[in-house]
Amino acid sequence: MKTLEDLEKKINSELTTKINKTQIKHNQIYLETDKDDLIDVCLFLKTNNNTKFKQLIDITVVDYPERSQRFEVVYLFLSHEFNQRIVLKYSISENEVIPSITSIFPSANWMEREVFDMYGVSFKDHPDLRRILTDYGFEGHPLRKDFPLTGHNEVRYSEDEKKVINEPVKLEQNFRNFDYESPWEGTKYIKDEIESNDKKN
Amino acid sequence: MTKKIKNLNLNFGPQHPAAHGVLRLILELDGEIVEKADPHIGLLHRGTEKLIENKTYMQAVPYFDRLDYVAPMNQEHAFALAIEKILKLEVPIRAQYIRVIFCEIGRILSHILNVTTQAMDVGALTPTLWGFEEREKLMGFYERVSGSRLHANYFRAGGVHQDLPQGLEEDISEFCENFPNIINDLESLLTDNRIFKQRNVDIGVVTKQDALDYSFSGVMIRGSGVPWDLRKSQPYDCYKNLDFKIPVGKNGDCYDRYLCRIEEMKESVSIIKQCLSKMEKGPIKSLDGKISPPPKKEIKQSMEALIHHFKLFTEGYRVPKDEIYTAVEAPKGEFGVYLISDGSSKPYKCKIRAPGFSHLQSMDYLIKGHMLADVPAVLGSLDIVFGEVDR
Repeated sequence: MKTLEDLEKKINSELTTKINKTQIKHNQIYLETDKDDLIDVCLFLKTNNNTKFKQLIDITVVDYPERSQRFEVVYLFLSHEFNQRIVLKYSISENEVIPSITSIFPSANWMEREVFDMYGVSFKDHPDLRRILTDYGFEGHPLRKDFPLTGHNEVRYSEDEKKVINEPVKLEQNFRNFDYESPWEGTKYIKDEIESNDKKN
Repeated sequence: MTKKIKNLNLNFGPQHPAAHGVLRLILELDGEIVEKADPHIGLLHRGTEKLIENKTYMQAVPYFDRLDYVAPMNQEHAFALAIEKILKLEVPIRAQYIRVIFCEIGRILSHILNVTTQAMDVGALTPTLWGFEEREKLMGFYERVSGSRLHANYFRAGGVHQDLPQGLEEDISEFCENFPNIINDLESLLTDNRIFKQRNVDIGVVTKQDALDYSFSGVMIRGSGVPWDLRKSQPYDCYKNLDFKIPVGKNGDCYDRYLCRIEEMKESVSIIKQCLSKMEKGPIKSLDGKISPPPKKEIKQSMEALIHHFKLFTEGYRVPKDEIYTAVEAPKGEFGVYLISDGSSKPYKCKIRAPGFSHLQSMDYLIKGHMLADVPAVLGSLDIVFGEVDR
């Protein structure tokens, strides 16, 4: 495969219904698929002679609390042979269990643990699904948009109990999120006027 | 009579100098042979990604210094490139050269630290002392250009914060003249050293296939004979104008990775020299007033500059709705930023792909069947820095 366009065509013709949408931007291909087709798509991308995406770069999740399918799971792949990158995505709702790809890419192990830790997305057939980055006994999933930036608990050494204790966060001053957003490009009515003028011209 | 023998569980770290930071490694030992290794990470987790979501793009830059804190500017580079690609910003050529110079300085900083501490882990003290003297000089360059020795906060979307101060170019080129001798000195202590070889040759061997399966990058994959370097294969900034070689290992063991790092330092010196000779005077950041803050002098005279300054440091610049994955060849491997912008002045999401995370993951596979004493050697050659692993 020489160009991204060829590759996009190839993927679309081979996987047909398994791919919902393809797009090329920033010199990368963005694919959208479904949860149930994930394993097939990954296997194809890894083994096919025209793709050879043999390395999994990262797995992550994007949280959109206002959507009915809240989480978007993102996989990044790299093909050394063709020097190309691909981004594979699909949406799931909260509490949905998704298939693990550890059997195809061993390195997915920790990445999926991180996703589980940070977003609370569970994986089916994962060999060792534990929390990874947060503290032992931590509750909640920090990277969800509804998790407060200051967290819930803080840790300190208690002189009375002679041990490290967890207690609810006490702030001297509430966390303040200043909203500096302003219509930098001019107010809306001016913008509308400019746009309508542009159309006329 | 039969005796029951139980395997010993050993807790290595989190406070152990050879753990290279706060790694808690739970080892299952059969005599002195490691049967299983379970790294517990996250003791340095600071929630960088969450914090970045709550900061403007310019305020997010310093968090990148605190990831891999031995090569801060390389991380900033990935973030700056991601924003630039979304904004379709042109970076002035002088800024590109400055960025490459400091990325290569970061590479040397990181490799000196790694090579010499690896030597210390296997019993040699002198290389550390010699190497750190050079690191001190390089951090001096960091300080002169950005004001701080470690947490530089120097790269911006569209260029760098300020121009090189007077005399810095000459001092860097003088360093480039002297530094190869120091590398030779280090090599005379280590490369043919019998003890160093006994501890590193054929230890922690990574095959080509495993390097791919375990998402290795950087020296970890080049040591196994895969000629892959993002500076060559997916060049960013002015790397395509520069002439440099990619050292590749043969056996994929700790010793080959050490050799790769030594050779890479020599290449870095040559890259810096080329940049210094090709660099010309010119602007050092994008001229777009909506993105780069105006110079102090102008604020006092120009109304527009004053407004830009005020808006940039309160609201920050807005980045149109988009998503992108950008990676750079950091000293430790592929450091990537997966950035999602939503049209506001704060990133919607910023996933950081740290090379050390995947490298440390393979600890169990690398160390199985080795002796306990090989744990620090393998760990040293993985080049782990907990700032980036734990984020």
